[in-house]
Parts: sequence; C-alpha cells; structure tokens
Amino acid sequence: MEEKFEPKIVAFVCNWCTYTGADLAGTSRLKQEANARLIRVPCTGRIDPVFIIKAFENGADGVLISGCHPGDCHYNAGNFHARRRWILFKNLLDFIGIDSSRLHFSWVSASEGKKWVDIVDDVIDTVRAKGPFKQYKKMNKEIEIPVDVEEGVSAK
Amino acid sequence: MNELKQICKEALTEKKARFIIAYREDKNKKTKPFIARTPEDAEQIIFNHQAVNNLAVYFPRFKNSGEGKIGIVVKSCDLKAVTALIQENQIKRDDLFIIGVNCSGVVRDTTMEFSNDNTQIKCKYCQAKTPPYYDELAEESKEFEMPDDDQAELMARIEKMSSDERLEFWSAEFEKCIKCYACRQVCPMCYCEKCIVEKSEPQWIDTSSTARGNFSWNIIRAFHMAGRCIGCHECERACPMDIPLTLLTRKMGMVASSEFGYRHGMSLTEPALIGTYSTSDKEDFIK
Repeated sequence: MEEKFEPKIVAFVCNWCTYTGADLAGTSRLKQEANARLIRVPCTGRIDPVFIIKAFENGADGVLISGCHPGDCHYNAGNFHARRRWILFKNLLDFIGIDSSRLHFSWVSASEGKKWVDIVDDVIDTVRAKGPFKQYKKMNKEIEIPVDVEEGVSAK
Repeated sequence: MNELKQICKEALTEKKARFIIAYREDKNKKTKPFIARTPEDAEQIIFNHQAVNNLAVYFPRFKNSGEGKIGIVVKSCDLKAVTALIQENQIKRDDLFIIGVNCSGVVRDTTMEFSNDNTQIKCKYCQAKTPPYYDELAEESKEFEMPDDDQAELMARIEKMSSDERLEFWSAEFEKCIKCYACRQVCPMCYCEKCIVEKSEPQWIDTSSTARGNFSWNIIRAFHMAGRCIGCHECERACPMDIPLTLLTRKMGMVASSEFGYRHGMSLTEPALIGTYSTSDKEDFIK
C-alpha cells in the first residue's frame, strides 16, 4: 500500500496574537490537522528570513508565518517592518523557484481560533498537493554520512 | 588626464583630503585601486576604461581612523554606493572629498581592450555619465556605443520558467559556488563587521561548500542586498565561478522599484527601504 504523504509544516507565530489564537483553538476543542509545528517568537518582526531557510534545510515542506493584524502589534510597528521584509523575501524566493505554495503568511489575532484552524488546514492541503520538497531534501542528502540501511553499516 | 592628477595633487597639498582612494597603473600595466597619501603619490593617479573597481568598498576600513577628510575618485555608478553608505549612516558627507570623474564606460573583461562587446551592462543603464554631485570634477565625457543587455534576455527567460525549472536553474548555478566570499568582500554595501555566515552560535549557514550551504548562502546574500544593491556589478565581476549574481540583485531592485517606488543610493536624505515602513504596504499575499 502506498503511504500517504504527510507534509511537515513549520509555523512561526507571534507570541501575542497567533500563538494565543492557536491556544484558543485548542481550548475551544477545534479540530485541526497535526502537521504544523509551532515555533513561538516574540514578534513577527523577530523573524529573520534565515529562519525560513533553516526550516527548509531541516526538512520542512512548507512554512507558515503568522502574527498580529497591522495596527495590533504589541511593539507597535514590528509587523509593519516584517511585512515590508516579506514582500522582498517572497519575491526573491519566487524568483529562485520556491513559490507561494510553500511559503504562507497570515494575520491571526488572539480571538481568531477558528481562522487559525482554517488557515492551518488550508496550508497543509496546499503543501500536500504540492508534494514533498524533494529538491531541498536532495541537497541535505549530500552532506549526510551515507549509510547502507540494509547492511546497517557505513557505505564508505 | 593631467586634470585629475592636478586636482588630486592640489587636494593633498592643501590638505583638503588626508588621502585619496584612486586608481593607478601597477607594474603589470593593470589599472588597480591605489591610495595616494602624498602629493608625489598623486602623480601615479590615472582613470581609464579599465578602472572597474568600486572604490567605495574601502570606506569601512577607514571608519574612525582619524581626523580629516577622505578623498575618493568616483564614477557616477560608484557615487551611488557612496550615497547609499551616507543614507545608511556608515559615513558622513562632510568627511568626504569627492572627486567625480566623467565616465565613458568601463570594460567587462579587464584583460581585453574597451570595445562595444566589452562594455559592462551597467553602463547601459547608468543614468548619469557625470556624477550628480561632487567637490571637484575631472575627465572629459566621451560618447560610446551601448552594449547589448544579454542579462535582460536571461531574466525574461527565467521569468517564463515554472518554479521547479527556476529551482533547477538556480541549484545548478549555486552548485558552482566555492564559498570564497569574493562577492561579499568586493561589495561596498556588505560592511557588517561580522557576517551572518560567520556567526556560529547557532551556525545559520553551512560554511562548507555543499549544495545546501551554497543555496542558503546565496539566498541570504541576495536578501541582504534586496533593495540595497546599487548595481555596480562588482560581485559578478569578482565571482570566479561566473554565477549570475547580479541577476538576483537586479531582480530585487526591480521589486523594490515596482512595489515601493524606491531606488537605493539616489538621495542623500531619503531613509533606506528596509529601515522604515509604510502602513499602506501591499498585503494581498497575507491571508
């Protein structure tokens, strides 16, 4: 039987809005798929694009970034700075060949538990349809020590 | 030619500048960057089609190095780097003695004579043959034939590709990278005292020249240049593996221009793109 592909999603969420929103989804007992791994950061302004690259390096098939709505930032302007950075970074990744089906952005406030669930499910579906991120995984393989699984010993 | 030497000599004699970053011909008859400290040194200063280097790259090493102005010989493309560094508070206009030169194009391959085929693409898009501002101006401006923009063709080709094809194209290009960091060293806008690739706690980017490390390094380098690149094309000239690096920075410049109407290094007073924000930035991609 062919195994169903389950994507790994890394979600960078801001402490003040989306993390609390996701918490609300949990306490409200809303059902959501379990593919997203949440990483809590103080603010979306804290997310350096190198985090996103690192997530892909470590085997993520998709990345979701979520924070407070514009104007709601706990630090007043963190998400405005972040938004400007994302516009550039998104265009760069698009030009390099990592399109928007792997990189998602959203605003989810602390009261939007339902929106969070919908977005996570939607992201997981999109990435699942896109399939595993083979190209990046291939790059990872190169630096792993080659191990012959059958023999259980190093091939070299 | 004598005019430039004369200006430099005067500047050094009258202490208008404590030294001048310029070009000279070395013993192999190559035009190379040179720092003239005395009026006698100024005798060696030249400027020609082979003067490709962007001299603004030398500023960071003279940060807090003493009293007095730093003199620099700049083409109009290099002046954008100077402007950008002033915009980013790396250097003050008052600390500079700018000797502008009218440029008539520079070569792409320094081993060959200047010709239509051997002209840098940036010359085609250079907006001013005469630097927009300066303290002294030298050299005569000569008309020259514009080169073909083969980069624009490549850009159009990539834009037509699907995302998987693009990834394949860039993976193949980045695979060539040997992580010599020449692109970083030669870039006037790469002035961080500690580069992200040298930060090891945690190690953000693999330093060894593996496919993964190369890929991450080149993406991050391009991102750090996004909306900051002034288009001197020095990275691509310095790259020993001929990776089309300026394609990335040029694309990001186009994005900065279309999304924000911003061009770096064009105004001394405008805040840098990434250092500020607008509440009306586009957000149609955010759910």
